[in-house]
Amino acid sequence: MTASDLLSKQVSVFLENKSGRLAEVCQALGRSEINIRALCIADTSDFGILRLIVDRPDEAVEVLQSAGFSVGSTGVLALRIPDRPGGLGEVLDRLQEVDVNVEYMYAFFITIAGDAVVLFKIDDAALDATLNVLDGAGIQVIPSDEVYRL
Amino acid sequence: MQYSDDAVSLSRDEIASVQVGLLRETIARARRAPAYQDRLQGISPDDIRSPDDVRKLPFTSKEDLRAGMPCGFLAVPMRDVVRMHYSSGTTGLATAVYHTRDDLHRWAQCVARGMLAGGVTDEDVFQNMMGYGLFTGGLGFHYAGELIGCMTIPAGSGNTERQIHLMHTFGSSVLHIIPSYALRVLYVCDGEGIDPLRELSVRVIYVGGEPHSDQLCRRIEDGFGAKVHNCYGLSEMCGPGVAMECAAQQGLHVCEDHFLLEVLDPDSLEPVEPGEPGEIVLTTLRREAMPLIRYRTRDIAHVIPGDCPCGSRHVRVSRIEGRTDDMLVVKGVNVYPMQVERALLGIDEVGRNYVITLDRPADLDRMTIAVELTQQAFADDMRRLNALRERIRRRLHSELDIGVEVELHEPGALPVTEGKAVRVIDRRDQEK
Repeated sequence: MTASDLLSKQVSVFLENKSGRLAEVCQALGRSEINIRALCIADTSDFGILRLIVDRPDEAVEVLQSAGFSVGSTGVLALRIPDRPGGLGEVLDRLQEVDVNVEYMYAFFITIAGDAVVLFKIDDAALDATLNVLDGAGIQVIPSDEVYRL
Repeated sequence: MQYSDDAVSLSRDEIASVQVGLLRETIARARRAPAYQDRLQGISPDDIRSPDDVRKLPFTSKEDLRAGMPCGFLAVPMRDVVRMHYSSGTTGLATAVYHTRDDLHRWAQCVARGMLAGGVTDEDVFQNMMGYGLFTGGLGFHYAGELIGCMTIPAGSGNTERQIHLMHTFGSSVLHIIPSYALRVLYVCDGEGIDPLRELSVRVIYVGGEPHSDQLCRRIEDGFGAKVHNCYGLSEMCGPGVAMECAAQQGLHVCEDHFLLEVLDPDSLEPVEPGEPGEIVLTTLRREAMPLIRYRTRDIAHVIPGDCPCGSRHVRVSRIEGRTDDMLVVKGVNVYPMQVERALLGIDEVGRNYVITLDRPADLDRMTIAVELTQQAFADDMRRLNALRERIRRRLHSELDIGVEVELHEPGALPVTEGKAVRVIDRRDQEK
């Protein structure tokens, strides 16, 4: 399995701080029957970045672009992490040991067989090192096609 | 036969003697207007021996024109009037300007002179994208295009898709357009996948109608692969054509055999040093229906010293650098919206529209500049967006000498006016 199979495509949307803008994103996706599986919002006083994992990311980009949004897509890693106290900390320790910086992360709403699913944005340059250390630590990266079906 | 214009080759001495003769005639004509009867009392045409003697005459302001509405400044019987225009009213109540048949012909000659100087010939297809109607922009250029012999397309303003269709179908080579609308056209071309450089034939663009910066003109030039020439005018003088940029693009030649130019300190009303910015004050020299003497335009510009390489000795003025009345005072500092435009146009990540909002939270002036991020500049990275915003803020700070807030918006989020762009919202008075 190649790195690109392991990178899930995250859709990111520039959101200005204007009432109803987030709802418009969700409505545009809803009309196209695209399901949101995970999301987070990073915001400042006047704008934000909405990050989405959806079941059909390429279509989502198209739908949102044609609805007039500024849209980008970014590869993120979906990791299975034991859903217990300290589970996430152990993973972060492993990454820390090899100096991999996590730019941001957020979690899926659901768990898989008791494991949480957490999305990590890693610097592109550190991707191979990250996959190696995860492999060595037995932490499973969920392939992108599975992520979209979660 | 190609249209030509002899007055363009007048020497400085010839221009001065033409102006003295025409100014004397103008005084005699203006006396017939009720509003000038008293004002010009005690002034004899013999008092005018050089163009500088215009300073012996009283000023005329927009307020005077309003007070004289509807016919106070009319100097001919109404039966000799063939058209009227009505000012756009950006600074209060609109005023009427009347034209005789000869006024209209001379107006077309002024604009045609500028078009010839920009290299327009009867081979050109001229798409006139200014509003027709009470606004002078459309009709002013229309008759000049026909006078030269261009195939003139009276496209008017708006309906951008159709404008592009016309350019494409008829190979329009010359445009007349408001600069912010030119950017809008490029934006729509981009959206429709039309490459103006390869698929359109535009080679000369006349812009006017709203203040704009050099950088904006360069952007329009790059977008269309055309030369942009600035055009200055105001309905009180006739409309566009008072001063236009020649092929040298080093300032706008005033039609000095039609208008007498003064550049004055707006406070002392004394002439500024050549090259120093001041208020443009104009006297009509040939207008029949409504001659105006020392009309205060409120436009700020400077005379460009020296001779123009094009050979014309008609004096050149800079593009309009501001208005005596659009100057904003923010935190005690004078700010022209055009400075903001100039700063923003140097930043590739920022789109074409901006809005300046002034408010006064906690009794302190705050200037917020909303800009549009281009599609390409969006990054899924808060640090990059914040760094960009910081860069814009620093750039504006150094240009304006005051700290400002910057808001990032999506492309298309800010209002685009297909006319005069409204770029300043001042809420400070409401908050007192």
